[in-house]
Amino acid sequence: MYFSGGAELLFDKKKKHDVNLPAKETPWTIKDLLPWMKDNMLKERPELFIQGETVRPGILVLINDADWELMGELDYSIQNKDKIVFISTLHGG
Amino acid sequence: MAEEEIEHLKKLIAEKDKEIEKLKGATNIQKDFLTHVDENHVNDLPKKSKLSNPEISRYSRQLILPEIGIKGQVLLSNTSILIVGAGGLGCPAAIYLAAAGVGCLGLVDYDEVELSNLHRQILHSESKVNVKKCVSAAQACTELNSFVKCVPYHLQLNSSNALKIISQYDIVLDATDNVATRYLLNDACILAGKPLVSGSALRFEGQLTVYNYKGGPCYRCLYPKPPPPETVTNCSDGGVLGVIPGIIGSLQALEAIKIATGNECSYNQKLLMYDGLEGTFRTIRLRGRQSTCPICSDNPTITQLIDYEQFCGARASDKDKSVTVLNREDRLSAADYKSLLDKDHPHILVDVRQPVEVDICKLPTNSINIPLNDLHKSSSVNQLSSMINSMSEETTDQVPVICVCRRGNDSQLAVQKIKETLKHDNVAIQDIIGGLTSWAKTVDPEFPTY
Repeated sequence: MYFSGGAELLFDKKKKHDVNLPAKETPWTIKDLLPWMKDNMLKERPELFIQGETVRPGILVLINDADWELMGELDYSIQNKDKIVFISTLHGG
Repeated sequence: MAEEEIEHLKKLIAEKDKEIEKLKGATNIQKDFLTHVDENHVNDLPKKSKLSNPEISRYSRQLILPEIGIKGQVLLSNTSILIVGAGGLGCPAAIYLAAAGVGCLGLVDYDEVELSNLHRQILHSESKVNVKKCVSAAQACTELNSFVKCVPYHLQLNSSNALKIISQYDIVLDATDNVATRYLLNDACILAGKPLVSGSALRFEGQLTVYNYKGGPCYRCLYPKPPPPETVTNCSDGGVLGVIPGIIGSLQALEAIKIATGNECSYNQKLLMYDGLEGTFRTIRLRGRQSTCPICSDNPTITQLIDYEQFCGARASDKDKSVTVLNREDRLSAADYKSLLDKDHPHILVDVRQPVEVDICKLPTNSINIPLNDLHKSSSVNQLSSMINSMSEETTDQVPVICVCRRGNDSQLAVQKIKETLKHDNVAIQDIIGGLTSWAKTVDPEFPTY
């Protein structure tokens, strides 16, 4: 898992995280992953990352270097060794 | 003693004279150089069909690139490009586009040059402090290449002027610094049918995408909802290394040149993420144009420009604003704090800035540094409690706990946080109005501001 654009500030200020998800009967989807991240990884202020069941506006989710919209968004089934990236959009100039 | 004072005053007079000269110079530059929204400079330009000999010599190194050639150079010299924002992204973009020989370069910026801009906004210089940025940038571009027509607009782009200006140009560069203007530019480019080369930068990272080009997505396709204002960080608070917007702005110029010369553009429906600290460029495949997009789909719900500050819940500027959450009696002015120090009044000063900021400067007294976001931690609460305990053994008065930060915004939140977590009755928790900025302004002019 990889965070950038400032999203890493909510995750221990570390950009790269190797994550092993616990075994589960049904396949892990992004929809399952987000609350799991909130409980197990998020260090502070969850509202700056998650709103409702999805990420807050202004965060783009990438699955193996592709926009998650191309991959099924929340319903995407996570595969072994997938690279999931959360980018916060930058606005400065 | 008197002689010394005379010398000192003479020096002051000389400095002020210099300042007056500088300001005079600045006004002269600005008078004959500004553009009115309703003026149309761009369409007046004669279309070229060939290059002059000086142009051939000047552009020779790029003319011999088969991807450019005479044909590409003529196309470029007939292209008008609008850069919105003459700052960290706009400066490098403008100077490379001028150097490459675009026909007309529009430069929009409402702001004036400040000393804290110069580390990244490299077309401005020490002598241009207080000069309008659009004028300063236009001058620098004209000095480099007088073949290019530079059009400075000293204004804030808004819903009533955006379309008038944008419709005159072929390509638009988003080099702005705030969310509201980014949505405005996106919508205006859709309505006017112009490609938008969008860059952004913060800290050590940069992002780049080309919107509304050859059926690709627009900014709203990607970000239908604006980010909550509290999640948006500006360069003043987050910091930015000058080279980062330098790189992204240069890439914006490159994409614009490729579009103008009929080459493939690389970041249509793609996002470039540059991480300067790790030294990585990543290119991400983005979603296509969204059939539900309120502005660029076939059935748009937005057909004219809206109020973007209201839409984003944030102002169309990256200037810091001051907030007031505490009552006046919970606050000290910088001068009040100075007299407290002069009286040697016992108190606890809590500096709530980041350690890297405390390294830059701090008040001339013992303080403890607990960053705002660490105040709730039990280690912080314990540290503060034990300090209060030992101080209250020496006095029956309330122990003053005073919070300070850079501008007096975070310090107010700090007071609220400490009040929530601290279980002491015998304390008076206050903050310093305007923080260190006010201290420098009203108490100690020698104190640095950043």
